[in-house]
Amino acid sequence: MADHPLMTAPPRPGPPLWLLLELTYRCPLHCAFCYNPTDFARSGPELDTEDWLRVLREARALGAVQLGLSGGEPLIRDDLESIVAEAHRLGFYINLITSGVGLNDARLHALKMAGLDHIQLSFQDSTRQMNDFLSSTRTFELKSAVAALIKQYDYPMVLNVVLHRLNIDHVEEILDMALELGADYVELANTQYYGWAWHNREQLLPSRDQVERAERTMQRFRERVGRRMQIYFVVPDYFERRPKPCMNGLGSIFLTVTPDGTALPCHAARMLPGLEFPNVRSSGVEEIWYRSASFNHFRGDAWMKEPCRSCPEKARDFGGCRCQAYLLTGDAANADPVCDLSPHHHLVTEAVARAALPAAGLQRLGPEEKPLVFRSPRNSITLSS
Amino acid sequence: MNQPLIGAASRPAVMRGYRLQWEPAQNAHVLLYPEGMIKLNGSAGEILKRCDGETTIADITADLERAFAAPNLSEDVLRFIAMAVEKKWLTIPS
Repeated sequence: MADHPLMTAPPRPGPPLWLLLELTYRCPLHCAFCYNPTDFARSGPELDTEDWLRVLREARALGAVQLGLSGGEPLIRDDLESIVAEAHRLGFYINLITSGVGLNDARLHALKMAGLDHIQLSFQDSTRQMNDFLSSTRTFELKSAVAALIKQYDYPMVLNVVLHRLNIDHVEEILDMALELGADYVELANTQYYGWAWHNREQLLPSRDQVERAERTMQRFRERVGRRMQIYFVVPDYFERRPKPCMNGLGSIFLTVTPDGTALPCHAARMLPGLEFPNVRSSGVEEIWYRSASFNHFRGDAWMKEPCRSCPEKARDFGGCRCQAYLLTGDAANADPVCDLSPHHHLVTEAVARAALPAAGLQRLGPEEKPLVFRSPRNSITLSS
Repeated sequence: MNQPLIGAASRPAVMRGYRLQWEPAQNAHVLLYPEGMIKLNGSAGEILKRCDGETTIADITADLERAFAAPNLSEDVLRFIAMAVEKKWLTIPS
């Protein structure tokens, strides 16, 4: 029996090669496209330094090797340097994902000495700030200073810009500015609709025209500047016909720990109903990764429904994103509706069609006015009460 | 484009921002870079770990031939290093 290919237990998963520590939900910015949960302000107290160091040691012992330090704004934690130092001693490759706000010479010097490998600098481009960003010398000066600092410490200059309906028409200006800042890599990442971005989806989702125009602009720019600056354009999945292989399947390589110590198989997974995610305060990382019910739940394909279950592509895309399936259809075990084989695919195409209407995204739609809601502790409390 | 010619006298080095290390959990050498990782097979790991920016390809090859008692590796080593330079895992400092 056991050697029949359909009867064997799912193989023991590999190690959590990718560890993402969301060190804090505190953030000086208020981006309306943030993927943090909208109820972040109700999250419990942050882990202390010792907890984070223990998580690093336990995850590294299992084989974790790529480390992301994110948030919120990770620079708000004044123990960031200690966390980096321990991670470096353990052999992690350490990526800092930051807005740059709070990065000065003294801190960057300390982080470099501690062994930080890489910095990804994101633009804080909410609507207001995007306008600032494109027009205001104040923002430009802050970014220029941080960019110069990053170069001074011999890091490659990697910029991440989240694109959405309100800034995607400015791709050329964004790329010009990146070039002026001396960027080596620019990632134009279209918004993914989770957390605050999900709440603001109607305001943020661009039209297909906008996306195609932006892609053409980016291509022309790429031809013009050559290899001097590498540009990556992450196509928004709402405009695709097959889902992304999200997290390479939940519980396969990726482990996130949130500020309060909740362990998740993806940074958005806390929303998934019916799963009790373990906390690193009370469970070891090995127990969490290999033996917790919530991490095992979406491993293998026993959880799948049709059309995924019998689909030849399930081994490639794992049915897409569980969170997107849940947000759009109410059932996390459904196919990701981005897939045009999903019976719910119309939910995606209808959203895309609405984005092409003349009034789409406008913040004043008369009685149906729905303003853009910026990420802030106050709005978080309001949305989650 | 603008790539130096690669030959026996070249001294390849792992690209800035990349790190080669042995991972017991994967039983392999891996090449780590910003937000990514390449798991290397045995021979790729053996070649890359000798690319220190000081040793020539000729010496790397001779060392590998000695270590593995395998003659005539120069073509394979050169081909792999050219590919790794193209992929920007390695650089040939001028």
